[in-house]
Formats: sequence, structure tokens, C-alpha cells
Amino acid sequence: MNRTLLEVRGLTKSFGALLASDDVNLEVREGETHAIIGPNGAGKTTLISQLAGNLRPDRGRVRFAGEDITALSAAARSHRGFARSFQITSIYPGFTALENVMLAVQAHAGSSFRFWSPARAERALQEPARRVLEEVGLGARAGLPAGSLAHGEQRALEIAMALATRPRLMLLDEPVAGMGAEETQRMIAFLSTLKRGKTLILVEHDMDAVFSLADRVSVLVYGRIIATGTPGEIRADREVRRAYLGGEIA
Amino acid sequence: MNSRTRAIVLATGLVLLAAVPLAAAMLNQPFYLDLVRRVMIFAIAALSLNLILGYGGMISFGHAAYLGVGAYAVGVLAHYGINNGYLQWALAIGASALVALAIGAVSIRTSGVYFIMITLAFTQMLYYLGISIAEFGGDDGMRLAVKSQFPGLIDLNDANAFYYLVLGILVLALFLGHRLVNSRFGMVIRAARSNELRTRSIGFSPYPYRLAAFVIAGAVCGLAGALLVNHTAYLTPEFMNWTRSGELMFMVILGGMGSIAGPVLGAFALLLVEDALSGWTQHWQLILGPLLVLSVLFLRRGLAGLFFGKNE
Repeated sequence: MNRTLLEVRGLTKSFGALLASDDVNLEVREGETHAIIGPNGAGKTTLISQLAGNLRPDRGRVRFAGEDITALSAAARSHRGFARSFQITSIYPGFTALENVMLAVQAHAGSSFRFWSPARAERALQEPARRVLEEVGLGARAGLPAGSLAHGEQRALEIAMALATRPRLMLLDEPVAGMGAEETQRMIAFLSTLKRGKTLILVEHDMDAVFSLADRVSVLVYGRIIATGTPGEIRADREVRRAYLGGEIA
Repeated sequence: MNSRTRAIVLATGLVLLAAVPLAAAMLNQPFYLDLVRRVMIFAIAALSLNLILGYGGMISFGHAAYLGVGAYAVGVLAHYGINNGYLQWALAIGASALVALAIGAVSIRTSGVYFIMITLAFTQMLYYLGISIAEFGGDDGMRLAVKSQFPGLIDLNDANAFYYLVLGILVLALFLGHRLVNSRFGMVIRAARSNELRTRSIGFSPYPYRLAAFVIAGAVCGLAGALLVNHTAYLTPEFMNWTRSGELMFMVILGGMGSIAGPVLGAFALLLVEDALSGWTQHWQLILGPLLVLSVLFLRRGLAGLFFGKNE
């Protein structure tokens, strides 16, 4: 069995009376794709935001590769090897697709307190960025403003920016959100190549995506994880069916 | 518009500005030399504000503070008989950088309306400090009896030489600004403006970059202050009045926030229209106001959008 890369213990977060994360325990192993599913309002995005460092938990600990990172900022976690994609597309619409990815490369390639040479011309930033754009299938769109790309392409750019930081762990928040059936199939195909040799946390509504990609699944309901197991185990779990899926899992 | 046409537009502007002293002499209208020199000094100040406002997204409503600090640095040294220009201008730049560091360190931790109010509040403090120091003339300010001395280099009493010095500094500031916003550093502050959450997620902590930009902008504006006090030959706390900060903001917005040359166009448009209207009627502000409103409504990317097209 692979060793644990991410370990979450007793994570709790409330907004007023709403308990968005209720004593969450989670283990993500090196090399696995771990899906987190749950109905709307279950607290999935709140959980992922705490993992990525965009939100501070009220209680609980997050350990990454043996280090307690609970108090670290999102930027510091990025430098430890965390990368995140957002449910609502979060890019730089005014920059080109290439510049979007180059910025992610730049954040991990030496000091950015450089005031003189044009960053766009730096080959050390351009080449890795181009490779990642090719990898997600946006090679031909590199020079276009990111804001002018189609929705599916922007979703791919999201993932490209996360990939460009060369992460040890990627948190993907609903990568197929808002996509048509065909785009969804293409993204699933892409993610199934991407997942090889990488550790992924996949928060997703789309059951096709979850069951074709995940090695293990955790089910989040009302801020609590009610079950963790292989896709087969989760499909068979009575409590999961009752609490959440109501027969939706075929 | 491609980069070649843009270069032609810029070069034409530069030639026109370089020809002003000649034209003023031929028309026997030294007033024009004075006017354009003043406009260029404000253009340098507006350009520095644009670095943080346009590129950094930091709505500083207190940029006149550095104009004042730069001017007082020169004025105070002159008051005590130190007329060496190198020393005076070095102090103007250094003191405004320090003041910007202090104001920025506090204000950049906030955002939105709080940022606007804190930068305004600090500038008002400096304004009232200027009023309260009787030694330096208090409310009335003081005359700069002797202009900054640069022995062997330039004599600021020579109106043409002073004019070309200001033009040279303006061109240099444009060039440095252009390098800055396209450098790694510039990309980070622009990215943080465009999408802060994403910028943090890819591994940048925006604070130190924003603070550095704030200090650079303050230092450049301090130099503009040193130029301004030499230009007017007197200084008052009015240099730091909040209406002055507002004028600088307006030059940036009118000229176009997303371009380096925009604030220069904004400074020319605002101050020349102001000058023309005030020569025509004493109620000129009644006309200027609606003009400004119209320009904001219909020139979304400012005057630079008309001259330079979309991308710069």
C-alpha cells in the first residue's frame, strides 16, 4: 500500500450556525485519485478551500507529506506541491492562454523581483508553458486572450495552470462543471491519462467522471464524511444510497 | 494598431514636445513653455500613479502626498541654505519612498473602500502637518528663493534647459515604466489585479510585490514634486490637498489605465482644457465637470484607447 500524502484530522469549519465541515477525516495516498462526492451544499468546496489554504479551518489539522501545513497560506502550499483548479473558472481573461500558464511557471521558477527584462520573452518560462498547453490540447490556442476561449477550453486552461506548477497533489474542483456531454467525455479521457503517476483529489458531481476515474471515493453529506471506499464499495453502501444518491448510482 | 504605428505616434508626440520651446520663442509666448512644462511634471506624477492604480489595481486616493513630500524635501533643505540639487532631489526621492513604504505597509493589507480611505487619511495627515509647521510657512507655504543647483550640469533658471530636463525625465519615466510592467515583477502585480485568488493559488503572495510597486510609484512622484517646486518657485500644503490627489486620479482614468502613455495624454487633456476654459469664463468648472463625466462614459479605455488601440 502506498504511503499517505495528505492527512486530514478533525477538520471543522462553521459559518454562523451552518456547520460546513464537521470533523472531517481524510487520507489521500500517494498516486491515487481520490474523489469527493456529495449532494449540493454538502460542503465540498469549503473542504477543498481549506485543503488549498484559501480558507482557515476553525479546528483540525492538515498534514502534507508529513508536515503540518494547517497554518500555511495558499501561496506557501503551492510551493509545497499543492495545486488547485476552481469550480468557477478562475483565469486571467486579459492575458493570452500562454501568458496564463507562464505566470504559473514563473511562480515556481526563481525570483519575480526582476524589473527589467520582458517576462514574455523568457524561454525558461515559455517552453514549459507551451508543453503544458500542448498536453491539455490548447497548443493551437496559445496566443489567444484567455477570456475569448470557449468554456471547455477555459476549463482545460484551469488545469494547465495547476499542472504548470508541477504539483505533487492536484485538487480539481468539478473539472467538468458546465460542460456538454461531448466535452465531458473528452475531459474524462484527458484526466484518465493525467492521473497516471499523479495524486489527484477530484471533487465532482458527474458520476460518470467519478466512477471512471476514482481509485477511492469519499462521500460528504452535511459536512461529514459518511463513507470512504473503492467505487464498488461506495455503490453498494446502503447508508450512501439512503443519504445521498437515492438510486442515482446505477 | 501595431507596434510600429504606435512607435510613430509616440515619436510624433516627442517631436512636438521637443519643438515647444522653439515655437514659444517664435510666437513670443513664453507662457506656453511654462504651461507645457507644468503639464509634463503632472504627467510624470500621473504616470507613477498609474503603476499602482492602472496596473496594480490599488486605488490610491492619496498620491498627492508624495508630490508634497518631494516638494517639501527640496523646500526645507533650501530653507536651511542647502541648495545642492543632487542632495535635494535624492532626499525628495528617498523621503517619498519611505513615506510610501509606511503608508503602503498599512494600507495594502486592506482592500476596496478601506484602501481608498486609508490612503486618503494618511495624505490628509501630511496636509495638516504642513499647515501646522509655522517654520515652513504653515498655511501660506514658503517661497523657494533659489532653485535646485546642479553646478556644471544644468541651470534651472534657464527656462529652456529646465523644460528639456523635464521632458527628458518624462521620456525616461515612460521607458522605465514600459520595462517595469512587462517584467516578471510587472506581470505579478497585473496578475494580482486581474485575479487575486488565482494568483495566490499558483504560488504568489501579492503583498510584497504590491508594496514594492507602491514604493516605486511614491519615489517617482516625489521626483515630480521636486520638479514642481522648482517650477512654481514656491510650495504650500495645497500640493498635498486631496483635490490634487483627485486630479491625478482623473488624469490616469481619462488617459487610460491599461497603458503606459495614457496618463500623459490624460494630464495634457485635463490641464490644457482647464487652461482654455478658465481663460474663457470664470465658471469653467461647470463645463469641465460634464466633459469629464462624458469622457468616462464614452471612452472606456481612456484617450489611449483612441490613440493606441487595444493592446499595450
